[in-house]
Amino acid sequence: MSDLTASGRAALIAFAALLLVLPWVVSSYVLSVAVICLYLAYVGQAWNLMLGFAGLLSIGHALFVGLGAYASGYLFAKYDVPPAIGIVAAVAIAMLMGAVIGYLGFRFAIGGVYFALLTIAFAEFVRILLEHAKFLGGTQGLFLPVSQESRRGVDLINLRGWPEMYYYVILALCLGAFVLCRALLESRVGYYWRAIRDNPEAAAAVGVDIFRFRMYAVVLSAGMTGAAGVFRAFYDNLLFPDQVLNIEKSIEITLAPIVGGVGTLFGPIFGAFVLTPLSELLTDVVEGLKDLGIIAKNVKTDGAKLLFWGLAVVLIVLFKPTGLWPWVCRRLGLVKAPGARS
Amino acid sequence: MDTVTIINALVSGLLTGLVYGLSALGLSVIFGVIRIVNFAHGELMVLGMFLALLLFRWLGLDPLWSVPIGAALLFLVGYALQHFVVRRVAYLPDHMQFLLLAGIAIMLVSACLVAFGPDAQGVQLDYALDSFALGSLIIDKVRLYAALAAIAVASALLLFFKYSPTGRAIRACADNHLGAKVVGLNVDRLYALTFGIGAACIGAAGCIILLLVQVHPYLAPPYTLLAFIVVIIGGMGSLFGALLGGILIGVAEELASIVGEPSLKTAFSFALLIVVLLLRPQGLLGRAVR
Repeated sequence: MSDLTASGRAALIAFAALLLVLPWVVSSYVLSVAVICLYLAYVGQAWNLMLGFAGLLSIGHALFVGLGAYASGYLFAKYDVPPAIGIVAAVAIAMLMGAVIGYLGFRFAIGGVYFALLTIAFAEFVRILLEHAKFLGGTQGLFLPVSQESRRGVDLINLRGWPEMYYYVILALCLGAFVLCRALLESRVGYYWRAIRDNPEAAAAVGVDIFRFRMYAVVLSAGMTGAAGVFRAFYDNLLFPDQVLNIEKSIEITLAPIVGGVGTLFGPIFGAFVLTPLSELLTDVVEGLKDLGIIAKNVKTDGAKLLFWGLAVVLIVLFKPTGLWPWVCRRLGLVKAPGARS
Repeated sequence: MDTVTIINALVSGLLTGLVYGLSALGLSVIFGVIRIVNFAHGELMVLGMFLALLLFRWLGLDPLWSVPIGAALLFLVGYALQHFVVRRVAYLPDHMQFLLLAGIAIMLVSACLVAFGPDAQGVQLDYALDSFALGSLIIDKVRLYAALAAIAVASALLLFFKYSPTGRAIRACADNHLGAKVVGLNVDRLYALTFGIGAACIGAAGCIILLLVQVHPYLAPPYTLLAFIVVIIGGMGSLFGALLGGILIGVAEELASIVGEPSLKTAFSFALLIVVLLLRPQGLLGRAVR
């Protein structure tokens, strides 16, 4: 953390302390919102690894969440395999899918926006297949058995317990992803990725194996996102293809890093903690206005939330395309100016 | 399955495909000239559908007669979109522009959701169930009218690009952006016009397709993807390619729905998109060099 200023270091410590004690000081509703924040920060970090580090746009990341969720959920519901083991299968399947998409995309030289379309096509294709997969519940959904007593205590092997446990699990995942991404950025791979992102031709000319390092990015990002799927499966306990793999979910994954700052380490976390409470607040406001009779009862609250998301993306791309986090950092002087680094 | 069923499906698919083609034409024009991938395509089309629905409810107007109104209004929407929003992000990398349009797409869908609710709504026309019989071949009246309207709009567009001075100027921008500027064309205005014309096409297609399907907001993302499939098959930027791609997809969907489960026909379209992306990203009629 040598590039942080004194106030930056203080802010980081305060934020970390707040995250650690949060479950003891807030209501269960706020805790559930915090879990969503951390979940979106985690998958946003994974997605950011592809676009922000390696320059590969995916609008099908819900696919990897879905594969991870269905793999671990099915193994648990059908064969009693605990998620601690199921996560291996979940991550492996997600990585394999990422490898397939990456291999096809890069071997056939599908660039830019066409690559994004390829990810959408794969996600939608798998979603429709899942809807027809009877053994996974199809459109009826896959239910994970859960008993009342398992909602108490701490059972990390079966991922069952207090709501606070889920909070700490996703917090740990988030922290792990942050540390991993930071280490990667400082490593040789990270420099290769950014070289490929900024100028693939030049990177290839100086001997970077573009295909190999792009594959690393996709496979790693897919694997991390697959692990998020395991969390989702055991947090929600029921899975519908339409709700897990929907294209809207893929777009939701992209929101936090876009708002926070594509390619920054802390951007996805910042974006998630700005966006999620705001959209929860908006939901409450719309519901309240409905109760007061100011808005018609038949207005969909979901619609208002979506409208907000869309507006957030449009405003960010128009006015702060590098994201909010770098701007906040500069404004509050949290990071030393480049060059002044000791 | 006998030959008559197959031929009926072929004809029906051909007619629906022409409407898909007209809608995809809008996407193709915008991409071919401005080089921007309009991710809000299906949303604009749904906007056109809702407009035709409202005109039908308020004035009892046949969706076919709302085609000029829908095209005109969507022209304004497209013009404004390019002039006030898209133009400002031309300096950003492709993926940021794509995300901007995705954001606009989400806003349009949710606005429709708030305004019209999630339920499917359609128009009831007195000739909805009529059909023409040619021997054992049966052609739905609405489908035929829809296809004829699509052909009329598409022909007008093709003639406009081929013969009118503005159309020629737009083609010049598409061929050589810098050259167009050098000879004194107002490229910014022509781009806004192009986005408007593309959106007008999409709006017309939306009005027309309301004859065949019921409208609801969640129709938008599948229509966006469908148009991408059509255009990528036909070749991004190729106008005849878009029509050809539309017909191919229309026919393929009809055939898939008589062979297997109807819900699987979308999976078939996505599989087709993956194959075409891999094998011929420039499309069937597109130029190989980008």
